[in-house]
Amino acid sequence: MFVEFELNGKNTRVEVEDYQRLLDILRDKLNLTGTKEGCGEGECGACSVMMNDLLVNSCLVPAFQVDGAKIETIEYISKTPLGEIIVDSFCSEGAVQCGFCTPGFVVSAYALLKVNANPTEQEIKTAISGNLCRCTGYTKIVQAIRKASEKIS
Amino acid sequence: MEVGKNVIREDARSKATGKAIYVADMKMPGMLVGKVLRSKVPYGKIISIDIEEALKISGVHTVALGKDVPGRNICEIVFDDMPLIAEEYVQYVGEPIALIAAENEKAAWQAMQAIMVNIEPLEPLTDPELYSSKDAPLLYGDDNVYAHHKIRRGNVDEAFVNAAKIIERTYHTAYQEHAYLETQGMLAVPTPQGGVDVYGSMQCPFYVHGVVADVCGLAQSRVRVVQATTGGAFGGKEDVPSLVAGWASVLAMLSERPVKVILDREEDMMSMSKRHPSRTRIKLAADKQGKITGAEIDVLFDGGAYSTLSSIVLWRGTVHAAGIYRIPNAKVDARAVATNKVHCGAYRGFGSPQTLFAIESIMDEMAKEFGIDPVDYRKMNLIKKGEETVTGQTIGDSFGLWECLEKSLEQSDYYHEKDRLNSPENPVKRGMGISTIFYGVGLGSGGTKLARTGAYVSIQQDASVQFAVGTTEMGQGMRTVLGQIVAESFGIPYELVSCLPVDTSRVPDSGPTVASRATTMSGRALVSACGALKRSLAKAAAEKWGVKSKDINVADGRATLASEPNKWLNWDELVAEAHAQKKDVAVVMHDSSPPTSWEEESGQGDAYVVYAYATNIAQVAVDTRTGVVTLEKLWAAHDVGKAINPQLVEGQIEGGSLQGAGYALMEEYMIDNAGIPINPRFAFYHIPSVDDSPEMHPIIVESAYKDGPFGAKGFAEQPLMGIAPAVANAIYNATGKRLRTQPFTPERMRAALRGDNDVC
Repeated sequence: MFVEFELNGKNTRVEVEDYQRLLDILRDKLNLTGTKEGCGEGECGACSVMMNDLLVNSCLVPAFQVDGAKIETIEYISKTPLGEIIVDSFCSEGAVQCGFCTPGFVVSAYALLKVNANPTEQEIKTAISGNLCRCTGYTKIVQAIRKASEKIS
Repeated sequence: MEVGKNVIREDARSKATGKAIYVADMKMPGMLVGKVLRSKVPYGKIISIDIEEALKISGVHTVALGKDVPGRNICEIVFDDMPLIAEEYVQYVGEPIALIAAENEKAAWQAMQAIMVNIEPLEPLTDPELYSSKDAPLLYGDDNVYAHHKIRRGNVDEAFVNAAKIIERTYHTAYQEHAYLETQGMLAVPTPQGGVDVYGSMQCPFYVHGVVADVCGLAQSRVRVVQATTGGAFGGKEDVPSLVAGWASVLAMLSERPVKVILDREEDMMSMSKRHPSRTRIKLAADKQGKITGAEIDVLFDGGAYSTLSSIVLWRGTVHAAGIYRIPNAKVDARAVATNKVHCGAYRGFGSPQTLFAIESIMDEMAKEFGIDPVDYRKMNLIKKGEETVTGQTIGDSFGLWECLEKSLEQSDYYHEKDRLNSPENPVKRGMGISTIFYGVGLGSGGTKLARTGAYVSIQQDASVQFAVGTTEMGQGMRTVLGQIVAESFGIPYELVSCLPVDTSRVPDSGPTVASRATTMSGRALVSACGALKRSLAKAAAEKWGVKSKDINVADGRATLASEPNKWLNWDELVAEAHAQKKDVAVVMHDSSPPTSWEEESGQGDAYVVYAYATNIAQVAVDTRTGVVTLEKLWAAHDVGKAINPQLVEGQIEGGSLQGAGYALMEEYMIDNAGIPINPRFAFYHIPSVDDSPEMHPIIVESAYKDGPFGAKGFAEQPLMGIAPAVANAIYNATGKRLRTQPFTPERMRAALRGDNDVC
């Protein structure tokens, strides 16, 4: 079956198998490997993307559901003005270690700051509570998102 | 100055934008999907495996059994007991019994369903305490013991006869799962010369190199291993990547196509090495003032089905078992034994978190016997400079233990705060607890044959510098820190320096990237390589000026004539001169670790070249209605010798401490009495999220290590190691209840509050 959707600002048509997830078509069919698979069951958030302006785990979205949707991945988000600020802050604050979870955190931070430019500490924590990081202890990730919010507000 | 600066890590941007390439992101023309069929039985005899139907499935290329392995069907880690693919017996749930290579996932999964496996189940051994019982099956050697390490110091029997106070306690710890966000994976590509190139996620490319050559029956010269960006390891990518690379390589050789094997989370958790569960029994003797006079410690580690790294993990646990206290008489016996469960291996701390939990808990329990504050009790018994550890090693310079203690006490305001946190009417009880620990840097005398590092440094025509080492980046920031060391050695800006990827064909064998050794040991090799190049640059300047090279000083990015300080060549001029004169501009240097010593029977000797030290002060809240324990605040002071990059040091303290908090409070991988894994998924094995992260106060102490690069010593495992006892001690301070089984789940906490001591 074919699905048609808006991917990173461009119309896309791709053939999908019934067992495939949005994550699979992004990574395997469209070479967008910035979106990572950490657990395959919606626990870790490494596969976070924006779907119709909402944050989703792409491992939990069946590929056929994407038909007609708008999808934004890290490859696109990191090049938007807001995304660039978030990426800069993650780099300068030491919020990146092994990096496997990082694109997911950047997408979650983008989803937050897009609608709330000046979040409280608790709002930042809530926004990334669906993302797991095993390296950093989160302190510097929260700092990075705060720094990005200071830059934009 | 580039050392001591928070330079931005070189890989941060590529990772944050999703451009960094991990092995799962790699593609090759004609690449096949590799899958592993695994045992569902914890212990059994393989009667037959019928692959005929599987081979008929369209898209299936290869199905390989143990007998099809072209070389030796052994994945040798320390000993050679583990098969690459089980051939006669299966010994744990998750053990590989067949490999499949197929055109796509769907065909591979269909093949897995179609393989008919007949295994005769046998009665498994799941309780490590029963390793020597007469009904236990023989799983390893003639006694099921992977290793038995000892320490014999002074006269323990006499110490107990003369003691004013004796207490004996038993502590238990659970499995811990690394939960690196990137699961294990390898891509193997056949080469035109009949060899194989391997790309993947790993800590130890030279281990992988040896095993791939061995299982493929190839000369080591035909095998090349390249580390891909590695998404976290924590010890979990020390031993088992050799297995994964072995599977991918065997499939690639048999299929004559590139094969990529990426584990899914469930099979990764079920079948990859874990932190050893443990039981530690300690008997402690003290004189009438409370000074410790003797310790008798018996340790048992559940090693699982194969030996992998158990022997050396246990050795570190043994050396750290009596803590960093003055104990004149000690007897330690530590054993790692075989069971029909997943093999256990390396995990941040490497056997020491288990034994440190026990000693750091019983120190508080003994303090209580004397009515002395646990901090004051430690001050009475902690080693001072010039005194000996329990292995008889004299502690000399680079001894920041007391500074860690003082700084963490000061910043947490421990003496004032700890008794002011509670109010009788509040059902949420608060308290503070401490741990004071040490960490032997590097492999120590348990791993001297591996204790070599190599470094390649090359100065390019344009005066930029390229370097390569054989130790790996797995997220800790090694590439950046080593770049700072190279920049500092020449006195040039960090921006001029680049680190090459690890490739076994290009980089000298540097042993494993474990034991917090990369900064110290690769750093030493780099400093020595840069020194050789500086001598070469001095020759170029000398020749230009017609003087002797001993009259030239190369530092701060230039060459100066000693007699005329105003006469100098800047870095660009100096490098251009060296290239023009065809002087050496590239060099490979090896460095060996400073000496250690060990006497096997007595467990006496200089176990490690140097130690790092830490103090953790934890503040917890215990909700007595639910049993939920929250780590609210943590002061973690670490003596790192010299912080080459303070921001990265803080990152290790914060991240390692939170892994330690997970170990203390929530992480418990479970295998039932029948040998069946219960929770091999993130949905059921919980690691800390941002909501579990405490208010963190990292404190950096710098007590320079003279043999380390710019004074640095490794420490990145240490942040995890002392959190569980600090939390247990804080829980006691808050509630008067002592938890001796980790993790301190709400169930165990409630049982303790009810007075049910059997479960806590």
